[in-house]
Amino acid sequence: MGYLHISNLQKSFGPTQVVKDFNLSVEKGEFISFLGPSGCGKTTTLRMVAGFETPSAGTIQIEGRDIVRLRPNQRNIGMVFQSYALFPNLTVADNVGFGLRVAGVSRAERAERVAEMLGIVGLGEYGARYPFQLSGGQQQRVALARALAVRPQVLLLDEPLSALDAKIRVSLREEIRAIQRKLGITTIYVTHDQEEALSMSDRIVVMNNGVAEQVAAPYEIYNRPTTRFVANFVGTLNLIEAQVADGPAGVVEIGGTPLPLGRPVQGATVALALRPESVSLVPASGRDVPLPAEISEVHFLGSVIRIRARVGTASLSLDTFNTPDAPPPPVGEQARIWLNPRDLMVLEE
Amino acid sequence: MRMQRVWAWVALAFGLVYFFLPLIGTVEFSLRMRRGEYSLDAYRVVLSDPRFQQTFSYSVVMALCTIVVGVLIVVPTAYWVRLRLPRLRPIVEFVTLLPLVIPPIVIVFGYIRMYNTSSFLPLTGSATGTNFLLMMGYTTLALPYMYRAVDTGLRAIDIRTLTEAAQSLGAGWFTIMARVIMPNVLVAILSGAFLTFAIVIGEFVLAALLNRPAFGPYLQLVGANRAYEPAALAVIAFSITWICMGLIQLVTRFSRHTQARR
Repeated sequence: MGYLHISNLQKSFGPTQVVKDFNLSVEKGEFISFLGPSGCGKTTTLRMVAGFETPSAGTIQIEGRDIVRLRPNQRNIGMVFQSYALFPNLTVADNVGFGLRVAGVSRAERAERVAEMLGIVGLGEYGARYPFQLSGGQQQRVALARALAVRPQVLLLDEPLSALDAKIRVSLREEIRAIQRKLGITTIYVTHDQEEALSMSDRIVVMNNGVAEQVAAPYEIYNRPTTRFVANFVGTLNLIEAQVADGPAGVVEIGGTPLPLGRPVQGATVALALRPESVSLVPASGRDVPLPAEISEVHFLGSVIRIRARVGTASLSLDTFNTPDAPPPPVGEQARIWLNPRDLMVLEE
Repeated sequence: MRMQRVWAWVALAFGLVYFFLPLIGTVEFSLRMRRGEYSLDAYRVVLSDPRFQQTFSYSVVMALCTIVVGVLIVVPTAYWVRLRLPRLRPIVEFVTLLPLVIPPIVIVFGYIRMYNTSSFLPLTGSATGTNFLLMMGYTTLALPYMYRAVDTGLRAIDIRTLTEAAQSLGAGWFTIMARVIMPNVLVAILSGAFLTFAIVIGEFVLAALLNRPAFGPYLQLVGANRAYEPAALAVIAFSITWICMGLIQLVTRFSRHTQARR
C-alpha cells in the first residue's frame, strides 16, 4: 500500500455518477497528475482527497489512516487553487503565515518559516505587499508558499497554471516541479493540459468519464497508451483500422501491405495507433517497411511539416523536420511512406 | 446628441433643486430664531436641552446594539446562503424585503400583542424587555439594507474558494468568519451599519408606541410645540446621516486591500 491510497472511490451528484470506482496508490514524494477533459471527474477526485466533497463510497488513506471522515481542516493537506485564493485583506507574509497562526505557531517561528517559504518561491522581498499588488504568477507562487508553509502531508494543485499566460505557465511549472523535488512532498496535480502533465509528472492518471483509463509514467502514456481514449487524448495520433492477415502470427495489413506486429491479435480487424513522428518519407532504420501512399495534404508549420497521406482506405499524418534541401512533396504525388511495424500500438477499447 | 446632453443637464438641475431647495429653506429657517439677524440660537437651545442629550444618547446606544445584533444575524446567514444554500437565496431575499412592505405600525402592534404582560413572554412588562423588543424591531427595519449591503460585499469576493483555502490551512468556522470573511466584507458591513444607524436615529413609530425615550419621538414632540428648534433638529438629523455616508466613503478609501477592487 502506498503513502496515499485511494480505493474504490465513487462520487455521485444525484443520478449522475461523476467518479466511478477510482483506485490509486501514490508513493511518498511522488508527483502524480490527473489528466483528462473537462467533466472527467479529476477535480472532484481531488476535492474528495482535500475533504471538500464527501465520497459516495470508497476510502482515502494517508499512511494507512482513513481520512474520509475527517474535516478538511483536520487532514493536513495543502491545496493550491486555480484562482489563487489569496486572502485579499492580508499581506503576502500574513497569507503565507495564516496556517501557521491557526496552528498556534509562535510569532518568531512563524516569521522565520514565512521568510523561508517566500525565499523558496523567490518572493523574499514581497512580504509586505498585498495580493492585488502582485502579478498572477507571483500570486500563484504565494499560494504555493502558503500551502507548503504548514508542511502538509500531501499537496494538491487544482489547475494552478490555467489562469496564467503561456510563457509564465512554462516557467512556473518548472519551478513547481523543482520545489516539489526539493521538499520531497507527495503531490497531486490536476490539469487538462497534456504538455504540463507530461513534462512534470512521475506518473499520470488519464481520466475519462469518472474512470482512470491508464496510470503510468509519461513515457508509457505517450508511447504505449492502452486505450483508444488515452491514445487519442494524449498527443496527436493516427488511428488505423487494420485487417488481420494472420492473427496468431500477429500480421496485419494496411493498404494491402503485410506488417508483423510481433504479438498475436484476435478478430478480423484490429485498432492500431501510430504517432506522426513514427512515420517518415525516408527509411529511418533497416526495420522500416514502405507503404505506397498518395500525398493528400501538406501543412508547413515552420520547423515541422505535417503531411497527410492516403494508404489504401487509411489516412496517416506524418511529421517531418523542415530541411531546406528536401522540400515537401506536392499534393497528389504518389510516394512511399516508411514505418517500423513495432511502433504500431494495438488499442483496447 | 447635443439635445440629449442638454436634457440630461436639465434633469440634473431639476433633481438638485428638488432635493436641495427644501434643505436650504430648512437651514435658513433654523438660523432665524433671533429677530432680524441669522444666529445659531435654535441649535444652542436644542443642544442644551437635557431631553435632547438623553434621547439622542438613548438612540445612539440602541443603534449600536441594533448594528451588533444585525451583523451577528445577517453576516453568517448571507455567508451560509451563498456558500451552502444558494437555492434558498430567493426565499431569504424575500424575507429580508418584508420590512419594506409591512409598515412598522403593524410590526409594533404585533409585538405588543405577542409580548404584552399577559403573554407567555411579557417583554413589555419591564424597561429592559421593552428596550430589547425595540432593538429587535429596529433590527427588522434595518434588515433589507443590512442584508443587501452584506450580500453585495460577499458577491465581490470568491467566498467558496477563500473558505476552502482557509479550511485547507487548518482553519475552523470561527477563524474563517473572523479572519477571512468579516475583514473582506468590512466595508459592506460598515455601509449596512451606517444605514442602520441613520434609520434608528430617525425612527418614530416603534419607539413612540413602545413608549421609549428615543430621538424620533423627541423630534416629533419639539416639532409640535416649537417653531425654529424642529428645523435645527432636522438639520442635525440630516447632518448625522450625511456624516454616516461620508464615513462609508472614508472607510472604503482607507481600507487598503479594497483598493484593487475600485
